[in-house]
Order: sequence, then structure tokens, then C-alpha cells
Amino acid sequence: MKQLWIIPLLLFAGEAMALESVVQAQIAGYQQQGAGPADAARGEAAWNEQHMQPKLGKMVSCASCHHADLTQAGEHIRTAKLIEPMAPSVNAERLSDPAKIEKWFGRNCEWTLGRDCTVQEKADFLAFIQSK
Amino acid sequence: MQQKTKQKMKMSRMWGMLLLAGCLTMSMGTLAWSDSDDWNKYGGKNSDEGYGKSEAEGYWGRTTGVAVVTNKQYQSECSACHFAYQPGFLPERSWVKIMGSLDDHFGDNAKLDEATRTSIENYLRGHAADRMPNRFSRSFLRSVRDDATPMRISETAYFERKHDELSPRMVKDNPKVRSFANCATCHGGADKGVFDEDSVRIPGFGRWED
Repeated sequence: MKQLWIIPLLLFAGEAMALESVVQAQIAGYQQQGAGPADAARGEAAWNEQHMQPKLGKMVSCASCHHADLTQAGEHIRTAKLIEPMAPSVNAERLSDPAKIEKWFGRNCEWTLGRDCTVQEKADFLAFIQSK
Repeated sequence: MQQKTKQKMKMSRMWGMLLLAGCLTMSMGTLAWSDSDDWNKYGGKNSDEGYGKSEAEGYWGRTTGVAVVTNKQYQSECSACHFAYQPGFLPERSWVKIMGSLDDHFGDNAKLDEATRTSIENYLRGHAADRMPNRFSRSFLRSVRDDATPMRISETAYFERKHDELSPRMVKDNPKVRSFANCATCHGGADKGVFDEDSVRIPGFGRWED
């Protein structure tokens, strides 16, 4: 009975592993479609790269809404709504749902880069976000 | 002896009836008393059951509240970026137009997969201002011209009238507010459908005094 304290730890570890496997499966999927190894540093550079957003008439990057520091909450550039931190280390919900990952790549790549992200870019972004 | 008991019972029944009548009268008095404009702030109690004229113009009607959002899908998909505006603020045709142009959603890409999009659109249409019986929704609806299809709640004449005393430094130039889109920043009960004046707190300005 004294060893019961280990149960929450196990559950926690289980969750962390679930997250890991979601991201691994996602990246493996991209690699099947032609992506090379995922590179967190390249993901970070792309995260902060500035692009012209024609409807807004401004230069924007992922960090415009999500913050350059992924452990910090961001703010929607137009509505000012708070966007919870992206880093899984402070927000366990992040990167836990493949459908959500794809939905937001679909929306946000188009808005920020003006086009869909390539599978390589997606793999790099995931590696970068997961490392935080 | 038996006669006496019977009489006693009759008496107590009479008193019981009197007491019941008294209670009924008192509770009706409370009903009338609580029927004020701000009745709704104690819980935003609008239901979407019981359509019809009597409700639209009677008890439910006198509120400054709107029916709460009941659809989980709408709540989670849409409030990822903004306050989940209650569908009772805009006519059905507005929701159709908004949900038909998610690729350019006020400058953002908010596209959804088709199944989710249809399901959310159906919810919004079914609970739009022209489908809701309460007076607050009616007020918004009446302020929209028949040939107009507003894309924003803040475009409706009723909204404009209700916010026309606010200065830009309270909203647009207020770094804590920035836009009329952020209902809940000043209307603390917004997610419960409560928008009465007494509960307004503007960041940096405090209570709204007329």
C-alpha cells in the first residue's frame, strides 16, 4: 500500500509518452511523404521568419500571435485574445491531438506564409515546439 | 368523541388551505418584483424551449440576456480565436454568410472540415436571432434592415446605440480592450449570456456609470 504514490507518477509518465508518440507518428507520416529528418533549430528559425500578410498590410511571423518564447502566452494579432502557450512543458494539451495539429497547420501556414507548409516545414515546427 | 375529531380535522384543513393560499400570493408578489430589466443577471436564465408570442413579450422577454451557447463544437472551434458570440445576436442569414466564407474570416483563415462546418452552421442557424423568442435577440433583429446581412454584431444599429457613449480610449485605444469583438473583457457575464449595464467593468475605467 505504501507504494501507491507511484500511481500518479506512472499516469504522468504515460501522458508524456502519449505526447511523444503523437509527435513521432506525425513526423513519421511526413517522412513517408518525402520529408527528411526533423530539425528543431530550423523550425525555430522558420517560426520567427517574417512574411508579408497582405490583408493586414504588415510583416508577420508565427511569433506575432504565439510569442517567440513558446513557454509564454501569445496574443491574437487582431482580436487580442490570449493564446495559451505552445510549449508542451507548460501546456500539456499541446501536440496531443493529430487532427488539431493538422487543422492549425492548415489555417496558420496559409495566413502566415501565404501558402501551405511543406511536410519538411511541418516536421521542423513539431520538433521545435516539442523541444520546449 | 369521533364527531369532535372530525371537526378538528376540518379546522386544520381550513388553516392549511389558508396557509397555502397565502404562500401562493406571496410567491406571485416575488415574481412581479423580480421582473425587472436586470432580472437576468442572476443566472442568464433564458431557455430556448417554448417559442411563442406569450414568452417573447412576457416574462422571458424583459431581460438583457441572450440564450447561452449550448453547442460544444461551436464553443471549442470558434472560441480558440475569439469570444463564442451567442447565435441569438445575428439573424440566420448572417450566420449562413459567415460560415460560407471561413477561408477569409475577417482577414483570418478559419477553415474547418466540411462535417464540422455544416454542423456548426446548423447550430447557429437554429439559434439565430430570428429563431429565438427573447426580447434581447428581438432588439438586435429589429435593428437590422430586411435587405441587410450584417457580418458583425457590432454593425447592428442596436449594438451601436447601446455603445454610442463609449469613447475610443475606452475601447479601440484601450490596450486591455482593443476591439468591440472582446465582449467578455468588459461584460464579465458575457459567456453566461449576461450583458446588463450594471455588470459592465471597463479595464482602466471601472464600472460603467450612465
